[in-house]
Amino acid sequence: MLARSALRSKRTVGAVRNGAVHTSKRAASSSSSSADSPFRLNMAGTAATAVAIGSMAWYYHLYGSELHAMTPAEEGLHPAKYPWVHEQYLKTFDHQALRRGFQVYREVCSSCHSLSRIPYRALVGVTHTVDEAKAMAEENEYDSEPNDEGEIEKRPGKLSDYLPNPYKNDEAARAANNGALPPDLSLMVKARHGGCNYIFNLLTGYPEEAPPGVKLADGLNFNPYFPGTGIAMARVLYNELVEYEDGTPATTSQMAKDVVEFLNWAAEPEMDQRKKMGMKVLIIGSALFALSIWVKRYKWAPIKTRKIVYNPPIQAGGKH
Amino acid sequence: MASVGRPLYNFLFRRNYVFLGVIFASAFGFEIAYDTVTDRIWDNINKGRQWKDIRSKYIESEGGDDDE
Repeated sequence: MLARSALRSKRTVGAVRNGAVHTSKRAASSSSSSADSPFRLNMAGTAATAVAIGSMAWYYHLYGSELHAMTPAEEGLHPAKYPWVHEQYLKTFDHQALRRGFQVYREVCSSCHSLSRIPYRALVGVTHTVDEAKAMAEENEYDSEPNDEGEIEKRPGKLSDYLPNPYKNDEAARAANNGALPPDLSLMVKARHGGCNYIFNLLTGYPEEAPPGVKLADGLNFNPYFPGTGIAMARVLYNELVEYEDGTPATTSQMAKDVVEFLNWAAEPEMDQRKKMGMKVLIIGSALFALSIWVKRYKWAPIKTRKIVYNPPIQAGGKH
Repeated sequence: MASVGRPLYNFLFRRNYVFLGVIFASAFGFEIAYDTVTDRIWDNINKGRQWKDIRSKYIESEGGDDDE
């Protein structure tokens, strides 16, 4: 090894020396009149470096900086992060909180916002007993099948009916809300950047009054977390707005937290089951993975540890 | 090795239907045992959070009716 590296180094030295010889020859043949002074070489090198750095800086100035289509006010304030327990890998929803959150939705949010993808049957075994869910469904009227005259009559709701919309259609909703459409909340946690944090901050982030200098259109309210900061929804959650049946103090943040967790359930009703199955799969999967590593090592051991020896044939008589 | 392997072979591997049957039966049994154990761990992690933990409050107030 030593000998080989020594050889190689000698060869490279030779190559360098040869190259030097060639370049000096070529320089001598091309520009025979003036020998390059060290000053001019230094100047040329410095200028080339300056041009390179300058062009890179110019390119970065043109194309490198991040472009924002909107001003920070139009993006909205980034929501503060909260340690949601139900977002941990091994935690289910707190179903007591889901029940409170549904109460908040039903008594407050549902006057403007629909939750059109949730049927009453989905609440059974999650937040309510089957009798409670049936009783709530029966409070609403739904269209029934056409009768013999082709008339559509109303019937009380069943478990399979979906939560009723507050407005007949989007146009009616806009007309009732100064032109702004209250969005459907079924998938809202998934549909907004920041998810739970965004909705919680939006609900609790209304300042007492808009900061000076902010101009809002008619009928809009100031909320720094809403993109554009002008939101048609006014602050709705105030302390003691609802009365929780389990005796929890109904502060603004408590109600916001409960309704956000409920909306997260509405967007991901499968979450509890998914996390539980994920835990089971990861346990089994890691055991099988470890087993496969062991089997591989076991099977390869004789191949990895074998020794191949070349025994030259014994020359019997010296020469052939 | 032979003293251990011989009865194992005679009982388990000699007849393929026994071998296959043992595999199927043990898979069935393992799944039941595994689900029981992991469900218990899961319920322990999420004590008081799931519907089955708070269900009793609302069932009793409804008059002891026992559906879901």
